[in-house]
Amino acid sequence: MLYNEPSPLEVKVLTRRFGLPNSQSLDTYLASDGYKAFRKAVEMGPEKVLEELKVSNLRGRGGAGFPTGMKWGFVPRNSPKPKYVVVNADEGEPGTCKDRLLMENDPHQLLEGMLIAGFVVDAHVGYIYVRGEYRYVIEILDRAIAEAYERGYLGKNILGTGFDFDVYTHTGAGSYECGEESALLESLEGKRGVPRIRPPFPAVAGLYQCPTVLNNVESFSAVPAIIRDGGAAFAALGTPKNGGTRLFCISGHVNKPGVYELPMGFNLLRMINEVAGGVRGGKKLKAVIPGGSSCPVLKAEECDISMDFDSLAKAKSMLGSGGVIVMDEDTCMVKAALRIMRFYQHESCGWCIPCREGTLWLRKLLARVHEGGGTQSDVPLIGELAKNMLGRTFCPLGDAAAMPTIAFVEKFREEFEAHLNGAPCPFESKPVSA
Amino acid sequence: MLTPEEQREIEQEAASYPERRAASIDALRIVQRRRGWVSDEALADVAELLGMSPAELESVATFYNLIFRKPVGRHVILICDSVSCWIMGYTKVRDHLKARLGINFGETTSDGRFTLLPIVCLGACDRAPVMMVDEDTHLDLTPARIDAILERYE
Ligand SMILES: Cc1cc2nc3c(=O)[nH]c(=O)nc-3n(C[C@H](O)[C@H](O)[C@H](O)COP(=O)(O)O)c2cc1C
Ligand code: FES
Repeated sequence: MLYNEPSPLEVKVLTRRFGLPNSQSLDTYLASDGYKAFRKAVEMGPEKVLEELKVSNLRGRGGAGFPTGMKWGFVPRNSPKPKYVVVNADEGEPGTCKDRLLMENDPHQLLEGMLIAGFVVDAHVGYIYVRGEYRYVIEILDRAIAEAYERGYLGKNILGTGFDFDVYTHTGAGSYECGEESALLESLEGKRGVPRIRPPFPAVAGLYQCPTVLNNVESFSAVPAIIRDGGAAFAALGTPKNGGTRLFCISGHVNKPGVYELPMGFNLLRMINEVAGGVRGGKKLKAVIPGGSSCPVLKAEECDISMDFDSLAKAKSMLGSGGVIVMDEDTCMVKAALRIMRFYQHESCGWCIPCREGTLWLRKLLARVHEGGGTQSDVPLIGELAKNMLGRTFCPLGDAAAMPTIAFVEKFREEFEAHLNGAPCPFESKPVSA
Repeated sequence: MLTPEEQREIEQEAASYPERRAASIDALRIVQRRRGWVSDEALADVAELLGMSPAELESVATFYNLIFRKPVGRHVILICDSVSCWIMGYTKVRDHLKARLGINFGETTSDGRFTLLPIVCLGACDRAPVMMVDEDTHLDLTPARIDAILERYE
């Protein structure tokens, strides 16, 4: 698949090899510092590597933003059980399309990140859980893995260091819930993708109840650069407590949608206007979902904001998985909320009642309001129902469904009210709707 | 009965894990790739090979969007109906597909060529609207592009 035209405002750390001829090959990787970080990590030893990671302020790119160095530090050192490294390549949150590119364009960067993780926690097996829809990506990964084995970058006694590490790809078969870490582990063990009760967290009891390092593709892919150039250099690219760059996936009503690597803390309005070429067709910006569909929507006037975990939390939204979804003035917010709820309702695993029933009733209510069959009391009911789900579901999928809904109703109440008592959708004749 | 080829591929997958059942998804997909879907009989055979009960494997098979437990056409069209695709014209593309094929979601054309299904975000949101046909992803869809794409699947 093609990678979009890069922007001059990008800071290319993880994407630096994108666009190089044969960027997937081991030779290209080696020619641009490939596997140097692993050698350096072995010289430094696990403790120092962990320290660099902590200094780098790398926070998990899968959605929650948990500090990666701290997470790896939770893995018990003296466990008698085997340990595992697991890559979350389930990339399911609507609006997110970056892990695909990282695996497709630079698979060895991911493998090197896994190798370093394995070395730090003393794990000797790694799995990459790739969503079932990315069949050709698995082929690319399998080729890269085979090449790494052939040339001694995987397998026994890697590069003469005495360290052994095996990597396998594992394919999913279409399930958003399997992106949730404990459901992913169930699925990886060959079971239905239903979440586990946490704690214990995977670092202590993960795959086959063994200590497991589980991170997003982008988190692992950032590790080689951090070790190579130092944690401080990575941290300096971003804002305090939000180190490095991030792959922002800009979709929706912009002139140049695409995936762009920008420093943490890049301003959202500049991202839309200067990186992504502004709103399409000279239309006015209406709203932006800043980090994938579970993140509360921002109104246009809230978009002058620094894109880092803490600034978005302060604005009562989230940086999430980096999916920036831009909506212009013709977009119906009720329909947007409904589209999003249909997704969560369909993908709810059905295990716990607040999520299974809550998403169903919210979908029905939102559909009723959008179709004009709603009454005055439906609007507050949507908000209340969603608030009742918050924190009461077995895994965070319920929250992911409730949070955006609450924001849509609170921020665009007039628009919901304009749909009531048989009124046709005010956006019906607009190109996006129906 | 599983063919020797299917058995060999499934055994190869099972060897990557400490427990055989971990290959359950792989095994279902291996069978489906050849037969189009997973019948009750095939499910029971796979379960036996992996040392699972058919009910256990059934709970896996029915959980995932990409495992088909009913017969499908020669090609399966999966069109993304999540938020970024909707913003970029999913509705028009869906209506065009339905009209052109003369079927609704969940149905197969009378010549057995295409089955049409909705799917959630395919991770190509910057190139919306998006659909998959079998294992290929198609980007930047318009009605005209869809017509050209469908021609390629006999
Ligand atoms: C419903 C749900 C779906 C998720 N989907 C993904 C996903 O597709 N990819 C991902 O990396 N993390 C996903 N996560 C987050 C993971 O549970 C986990 O926090 C993450 O993979 C940890 O990696 P990180 O620390 O590198 O971010 C999801 C979480 C939930 C609750
Ligand atoms: S929303 Fe359709 S590919 Fe992501």
